[in-house]
Amino acid sequence: MNPMPASYLWFIPLLPFAGFLINGTLGRRLPRAVVGTVALFFTALPAALVAWLWMTMCAAGAPSSIESVIRPSGYEWIAITGFHADFAFSVDALTLIMLGVVTGVGFLIHIYSVGYMGHEEGYWRFFAYLNLFMFFMSVLVLAANFLLLFVGWEGVGLCSYLLIGFYFKKTSAANAGKKAFIVNRIGDFGFLLAMFLLIAHFGSLGFTQVFSAIAQHPEWQDAQWITAIALLLVLGAAGKSAQIPLYIWLPDAMEGPTPVSALIHAATMVTAGVYMVARCHVLFNSTPAALSVVACIGAATALFAASIGMVQHDIKRVLAYSTISQLGYMFLACGVGAYAAGIFHLLTHSFFKALLFLAAGSVIHALSGEQDMRRMGGLRTRTPITFWTMSAGVFAIAGIPPFAGFFSKDEILYRTFTSTNPLHIVLWLIGLATAGMTSFYMFRLWFKTFFGEQRIEEHALLDQHGATVHARSTTTLTMVAEHDEDQGALPHGVHESPWIMLLPLCILALLSVAGGWIGIPAALGGNNGIERFLGPVFANGATGEAVALTTGHGLELALAAISVLVALGGFYIAYVFYYEKPGTAAALAERNRRAYNLVKNKYWVDEFYNASLITPLLMFTRGVLELIFERGVVDGSGKAAGATTRGFAWLARKQISGNIRSYAGWLAIGAAAVIAVMVFGNSLWGHL
Amino acid sequence: MVPTAYYLILAAMLFSIGIAAFLIKRNVITIFISIELMLNAVNLTFVAFAHMWHQVSGQIFVFFVMVVAAAEAAVGLAIILSIFRTRQTLNVDEIDLMKS
Repeated sequence: MNPMPASYLWFIPLLPFAGFLINGTLGRRLPRAVVGTVALFFTALPAALVAWLWMTMCAAGAPSSIESVIRPSGYEWIAITGFHADFAFSVDALTLIMLGVVTGVGFLIHIYSVGYMGHEEGYWRFFAYLNLFMFFMSVLVLAANFLLLFVGWEGVGLCSYLLIGFYFKKTSAANAGKKAFIVNRIGDFGFLLAMFLLIAHFGSLGFTQVFSAIAQHPEWQDAQWITAIALLLVLGAAGKSAQIPLYIWLPDAMEGPTPVSALIHAATMVTAGVYMVARCHVLFNSTPAALSVVACIGAATALFAASIGMVQHDIKRVLAYSTISQLGYMFLACGVGAYAAGIFHLLTHSFFKALLFLAAGSVIHALSGEQDMRRMGGLRTRTPITFWTMSAGVFAIAGIPPFAGFFSKDEILYRTFTSTNPLHIVLWLIGLATAGMTSFYMFRLWFKTFFGEQRIEEHALLDQHGATVHARSTTTLTMVAEHDEDQGALPHGVHESPWIMLLPLCILALLSVAGGWIGIPAALGGNNGIERFLGPVFANGATGEAVALTTGHGLELALAAISVLVALGGFYIAYVFYYEKPGTAAALAERNRRAYNLVKNKYWVDEFYNASLITPLLMFTRGVLELIFERGVVDGSGKAAGATTRGFAWLARKQISGNIRSYAGWLAIGAAAVIAVMVFGNSLWGHL
Repeated sequence: MVPTAYYLILAAMLFSIGIAAFLIKRNVITIFISIELMLNAVNLTFVAFAHMWHQVSGQIFVFFVMVVAAAEAAVGLAIILSIFRTRQTLNVDEIDLMKS
């Protein structure tokens, strides 16, 4: 295989952008099959390019040589005295993994969307936004400086807003989009301030320049301004990756179509914060205080979100809180300096969480839009492929070996336990408790959805109708389009999804099973490939290897055994509560009504934010800004200007009477005035 | 010899009377006459200055004014006649077709 020319890198983001332009401008007039093909084509090509890039980079030798900054001449962006930024991309092992996730999982979700969105209005709009998202996300992970990363960062935020509010006729969806956008704005504000500080201290935003400068100045260790930059970056990351205190937008983001939840709000965009922290590991390593903050935020978010996830009834909301919780794990990993473990979990999480969301979408599709788990049940036999693929995802996230999630989660827990952070035991316990909760709420979802008796009432005839329609539909686009036409908006019975939706599910299920095997730790007979692969990137931060050598494998195995036991414990509780004795959970909730209500209402955080921030802000806006500034100053000055003009116009209008003699009078007065100026003016001006 | 200032004062008085008549009177013919009066006041100043500076060009200019005034009188009277024929009035306040 020939090596990929570096300039081809530009095609990875630009191809989806071309897809966006085509679908965005012409999509309205194109038939659905064409729109879908265009969207798929322009995401398949970058995925192929990334695969080629992988082969090129790996063939180039040891992973340590994987680093290149592509800075084409003539693409200079900002060049002023003392500051310089351009459209530069760089590729290293970290970028490769992120690119693989973005283009690979993104492409699979595009395939799924063709089937899932087949019934929807605004099909072209959906795919245009989705391609635009792929463009911005590729820019984000390829960027070689903070500024370009920020472009991608803002761009994915925009696409997230557009896609959450995709059903914009629904007020709740429109509001959720706004909420996501505004909450992210707070984080982006921190990011911007961090960039300003970076410019002030380094005169550059390039990753290479900034990080090598920090590496060359060990005396900057713990400097206050470095901590400030790091904390501001954490604020940005917390906004994008939905961490405490800015996590509140992600559960509401589930108003968007399910493929969007899978792509943007599980697999890719929300991991951008983790990616950014990992990318800035040099900066974070030089300020342990900020690193501790990252770890604490991560652990707190993981536990907090998992506890909320245990009592939600909406299948997508359970997954949303689960995503927040898993992102907390990744933050925890970064916070204890185990960046490779964090990225490993990011990778496996993108597989199994995308799978879970897509499978949930398939369930929702099967039930014609039902999202409440209380009305599901017994779907195991009705939707067998969805059941099996989702099971792979559930086992993966719950941390049951040998599924993917076990290895990455275990790596994080192990690294937390052995880290030098003074709180490491507490953090580990929190992580462990979260693992148990994760296992519990995922199996709760699993039992409630697929086991027990069917709780949705359905019409036998409609059921048959749905079955025959879907028997005819195959994986091809045209068939989906046809099927869509004769289907209309008719409700149909419980049915398995078409193959075009099941195919991505199967691929992701395989990845969820096997994806973790690239990172089997040495203690379990593996060679921890991912850590080795990412090693060069995090070279100066990797203390894990040394720790592993000193403690031996006994501890690691013991910790793994504990976490597996905890996961099985979660499974057993869910089994008892929701399968064996279905009434147990309700009885328990009844006995601890206050605690249950607290968790059920998400700890009243939204209400707290409303009362403490939003209401005062609105009151200030309406009372002061609108009444005094808007009505008084802005409107007032406008009205005053209008009144002045009117007054002069009134005077001027008096002259235009239409009376010839009055014109003549004015003429005479004017002439007299001119004569007066000519005669007396000279002497008058002479004195001045 | 009469000083030039006397002529100028007389001319100014005639001109002012002309303006006053032009502004006050409603009859088109009277207004027309007041215009003639103003023109002649100007002619008087021309002649007076020509005499004062011993220059003939001022006197020649007066002839021009007279010619133009005669032409203007012919056209003006024709217009007045046609106005009277169409509207049966010579009151300028009633000739207000252009007034919005």
